[in-house]
Amino acid sequence: MKEVYIISDNIVSSLGFSTPENIKRMQSGETGIRQWEDQSLSPVPFWASRVDDIRLHKCFSAHADPKDFSRFEQMVVCSVKEALSHTSIDVSDEKTLFILSTTKGNIDLLNKADTNSKAGSPVYLWQTASKLQHYLNLANTPMVVSNACISGLMAIIVGSRLIRTGKYEKVIVTGADLVSEFVLSGFNSFLSLSNGPCRPFDKNRQGLSLGEGAGTVILTSDLHVIRAHKIRVGYGFSSNDANHISGPSRTGEGLYLAIRKTLEKNKSRVDYISAHGTATPFNDEMESVAITRSCLQDIPVNSYKGYWGHTLGAAGVIESIAGAHSLISNQLIRTMGFSEPGTTHPLAIIDTNRKAALNSCLKIASGFGGCNAALLLYK
Amino acid sequence: MMEEKYIISDYCIIRNNRIVLNGEVVYTGNESSPGEFFSAAYRYFTISYAKFFKMDNLCKLGFLASELLLRGKNINDVYPGDEVGILLSNAGSSIDTDRNHQKSISKRDEYFPSPSVFVYTLANIVIGEICIRHKLFGESFFLIEKEFDAKRSYEQVKQWLDEQIVRCCITGWVEIDNDRYEAVLYFIQKTSVLQEGIAIFDAEKLTDIYLLGK
Repeated sequence: MKEVYIISDNIVSSLGFSTPENIKRMQSGETGIRQWEDQSLSPVPFWASRVDDIRLHKCFSAHADPKDFSRFEQMVVCSVKEALSHTSIDVSDEKTLFILSTTKGNIDLLNKADTNSKAGSPVYLWQTASKLQHYLNLANTPMVVSNACISGLMAIIVGSRLIRTGKYEKVIVTGADLVSEFVLSGFNSFLSLSNGPCRPFDKNRQGLSLGEGAGTVILTSDLHVIRAHKIRVGYGFSSNDANHISGPSRTGEGLYLAIRKTLEKNKSRVDYISAHGTATPFNDEMESVAITRSCLQDIPVNSYKGYWGHTLGAAGVIESIAGAHSLISNQLIRTMGFSEPGTTHPLAIIDTNRKAALNSCLKIASGFGGCNAALLLYK
Repeated sequence: MMEEKYIISDYCIIRNNRIVLNGEVVYTGNESSPGEFFSAAYRYFTISYAKFFKMDNLCKLGFLASELLLRGKNINDVYPGDEVGILLSNAGSSIDTDRNHQKSISKRDEYFPSPSVFVYTLANIVIGEICIRHKLFGESFFLIEKEFDAKRSYEQVKQWLDEQIVRCCITGWVEIDNDRYEAVLYFIQKTSVLQEGIAIFDAEKLTDIYLLGK
């Protein structure tokens, strides 16, 4: 079996259009979540982390005409292009696969597009992926992973497996989602949105903040193209709670199983956990149960949701990238929004930025449909 | 140790008001909408699972197909729940329910988004429903494709089996888009004794079965 490495990455979010910009702004204590009053998205004011329109327009204009691409597609292209710009690899060959991870893609066009048209519609995720394939000049039909909030992490797990067995030499994984009226209204109807920036794992957490963005990792096993700071992608697994479609299991069964399988297969200790930490009462409580059942309750853990909000299909990718950069810099980033412990099982929540000797990061995620995933990243 | 072969031990096709199980037509209906057809089939097979009526049509369709696929198998006695995988795909994701949710928010004076609709605006909820029904905790995810990509599904499931990530797998296509619906589910298992007439698991055989009666 081959080793799999992340050779380049990018984050497009409210905190910037490159990974270093995002990390730097998180380290300086900035959050991208703020209050918005935008009638086109919600009849009431809402808190969210959104990508700057003007900057997106400017960034995308360097690649193609913004009129020909949706907002979602523009974010994806900006992210892929920036990640590719740090490498010299050719991605147009048949040994390259593009995996798009998203929950809702161009869902903001649902009201405007004719979804009954025979020619298809940009709302269909395969159609979006196909357009991106042609624009990016990729040989293979992209793989579209749409699996609620674990989509991004699952896409990295699937992509790394395909490299490990030699099916592909390079895999580009991009996770992306928008803050849309569709999703805002849905989470609002669930009463799961926080009135204020979300507060992961905090005693007074009231719910999540939505976010938008795109994240890209380029995976390969080719040692010739690996840069100085290499992060290996270990084994990862998913598991279903088999319990409830919209609520996590009280015993954290699925997440516990995913973590257990991941730890057994990697045979590596965990130095740091990048949690899902959406800041809903149930999610964070469930994670504390699963982490404790896995005997990892003393391992430093953080959530990045207080910086970017919950970016859905992008979350697993951008949070894995942040985790990887913590390993490279031996620097832990505090859980923005956390001040007082608020889970039944106490966790070692990272509440100040600090240096630490880090070799491995366990990334975990959970989502609607009872899905959970875990993946180990290491130096 | 004997060499293990991967087989398509069962398959279920639901389309055009007809249900085919392992090559045999087991139900034909004349209902005028997909939802009515799914409910009629549910009653015909005397399935008892109250949650069925809460599901959206994509989940009802996937649930029905998996229910028939696993009928009489006592899957929990044969496999630990965390060793059963599910890989499903379709073209429209949750497009039918997406349209319903969109309708509930399109006008400001008729703005009534509902959590019981919104939760079904994700394709993978159908996997969750099947897992809940049969207590399955294994590897699973949902793929979106223009049309059923037998080769891609075969490669994924084969990898899961090769690497012992799962010991058996439910895979296939579950799609509903307006009045067009189609489910083709396969149950993939390992065996060391190859019985006559049993289909070997490969992309070609997945396609052959998918095209039956299409």
